[in-house]
Amino acid sequence: MTASAPLNPRAHHDTRASLLVQDPRTKARNATEKRFRAYGLSAIVLALLALVWLLISIFGNGLPAFKQSFITMPVTLDAALLDKGGKRDPADLAKATTIAYGKLLASALQAEIAAKGIDIGAIKPKDLAKMISEESPATLRNRVLADPALIGTTVQVTVLASGRIDGYYKGRVTMESAALDKNTSPEQLALADKLKTAGVLSMQVNPGFLTMPDASDKRPEAAGLGVAIMGSIYMMLVVLVLALPIGVAASVYLEEFAPKNKITDLIEVNIANLAAVPSIVYGILGLSIFINFAGLPQSAPIVGGLVLTLMTLPRIIIPTRAALKAVPPSIRDAALGVGASRLQTITHHVLPLAMPGILTGTIIGLAQALGETAPLLLIGMVAFVRDFPGAPPEGLFDPASALPVQIYNWTQRGDPGFVERASGAIIVLLVFLIAMNAVAIYFRRKFERRW
Amino acid sequence: MKDQRLETRVDTQTIKIEARKAQVYYGTNHAIKDVDVDIMDKTVTAFIGPSGCGKSTFLRCLNRMNDTIPSCRVEGSITLEGESIYDPRVDPVQLRARIGMVFQKPNPFPKSIYDNVAYGPKIHGLTRNKAELDAIVESCLRKAALWNEVQDRLNAPGTGLSGGQQQRLCIARAIATSPEVLLMDEPCSALDPIATAQVEELIDELRSQFSVVIVTHSMQQAARVSQRTAFFHLGNLVEFGETGQIFTNPKDPRTESYISGRIG
Repeated sequence: MTASAPLNPRAHHDTRASLLVQDPRTKARNATEKRFRAYGLSAIVLALLALVWLLISIFGNGLPAFKQSFITMPVTLDAALLDKGGKRDPADLAKATTIAYGKLLASALQAEIAAKGIDIGAIKPKDLAKMISEESPATLRNRVLADPALIGTTVQVTVLASGRIDGYYKGRVTMESAALDKNTSPEQLALADKLKTAGVLSMQVNPGFLTMPDASDKRPEAAGLGVAIMGSIYMMLVVLVLALPIGVAASVYLEEFAPKNKITDLIEVNIANLAAVPSIVYGILGLSIFINFAGLPQSAPIVGGLVLTLMTLPRIIIPTRAALKAVPPSIRDAALGVGASRLQTITHHVLPLAMPGILTGTIIGLAQALGETAPLLLIGMVAFVRDFPGAPPEGLFDPASALPVQIYNWTQRGDPGFVERASGAIIVLLVFLIAMNAVAIYFRRKFERRW
Repeated sequence: MKDQRLETRVDTQTIKIEARKAQVYYGTNHAIKDVDVDIMDKTVTAFIGPSGCGKSTFLRCLNRMNDTIPSCRVEGSITLEGESIYDPRVDPVQLRARIGMVFQKPNPFPKSIYDNVAYGPKIHGLTRNKAELDAIVESCLRKAALWNEVQDRLNAPGTGLSGGQQQRLCIARAIATSPEVLLMDEPCSALDPIATAQVEELIDELRSQFSVVIVTHSMQQAARVSQRTAFFHLGNLVEFGETGQIFTNPKDPRTESYISGRIG
């Protein structure tokens, strides 16, 4: 081709125009690019706004759950009331019910108010007792039963205030709403203010939110996540112990050993499909296999863990296979070339190189399993459980709850006190998820190797 | 081509590998047709030919690396010291310990230099203790002319070396299992001329102990390092003989066209 004969005469048409002026085509292309960038940017901004909104609403509602109103006062543990036999016999001590302890607390509160010289106004003693949480007598009783030597002495106790008093300080209950509420009254709230000034009533960090079990509808102030956290941890252990080895073994077999034929193609397609199956379907599967057929107990973390394992397996197999595929074939050649067997090639070279991808996939699979609610509802994990499960492995068969199920459960309760509980539980769940993702990132960085 | 080595004679007549009527199929594609080759002991044999002529495929048949390709099928007879390497009783793992391989692209394991060389002896159980292993690693790195450059950083990653050093590390790794034959698939194609010269020098030294088969695109390289040359074209072995004869007095017109640059 000679320089004087251009391939396309039109191509030379614009070369005479100035470089400083954009031609119409360039203008149109630049405008398209600008529009595209604007779409992208607005998508990001929208997503960020949604995230900020979510975080503000969750933290705004949920953070108060980590603080609680407590009443601190001395209580004389009257031996005549608590230990009628006088022999500190555990059987005798157990006869004193929470009603007796409730009376004790009520009179202690009355005495404390009198000692501080506070005017209780028109409140009846019965209403005065209602300022203390219904949970508190049981807490005190457990403390005494654990340490009978306390009987006959005067101890300083810190007990939960009632949910309404607590709500008053968290802005949930006002004087107006209290006037319409049979569980509290404006007089009670006015007295609470005086107690607060006197230092009897105070807002404190509430570790019980993380350690105590769930509580009944009437006492949101005592509800905690202890059993749910235990249940979730147990289930994650089951999922990790089962899904990681099974998932990695299945991936290695499919990727490195299995012949490529119709059957493996079918398996491959179905693994991808299984990852997209709605999780509630796994719940029904778990119900029929593990509970109805295998006879495992309901509400048990072992069943929850097994169901979540089924659900997580395809979500581990897919990234694991991708990680194995990403290992350069030259490494396999190198190992085979010096006479390594196929299994040695895989265990010595391919798996270590794929490890960051495998671990990341596994942890993200676990994180998904941690947040899964629907399948757990079907296997009875939504039950009201107050007893902590035992230590594993037996504890895996004890009833327990799970974090997402507990959140769901609390949002169904009538008392407005549970709104903050549910949001607080979401914060705990988010912290768990962020921690797991941080672990995934750490592993990825740690095992990442260049070749 | 004034290279002195063109005059080098093959100084042994022991046949290491013997291929007779070797055929290779990829599915229905007949990639290698009726190849008869004798690989001599303590000799460098070069396979030359245009891209896609099957020389790498044939090389990979010699230590059954093609086993990893499901659609690949080998027929005919290929024997190592009289024993068929495609006999069903042969375990390719044992075979590859006796016929080592160096690849086109340097592919050290992402491990330390020491572990790269020690890997073969370790998995084949060639040493009884650490001292013996250390000795093997040192002697192999010396044979690969790498010892002086890496002796004070044996624990550094092998992937941190330069391309030429990596390829010499791969050669050290391949000879650490004391193979009888060393297959090299275009070992210098990813290297610069200086590294290439080092590797070529190394190949010439290795000849005293091993039988070397090298696939190369560079005819100069084949002329420089080999004593015998096989010219492949379209899956056929066109000509096989002493390197000097192939380059100076080819019998087949296709060989002559290729070495003079008319086809390829």
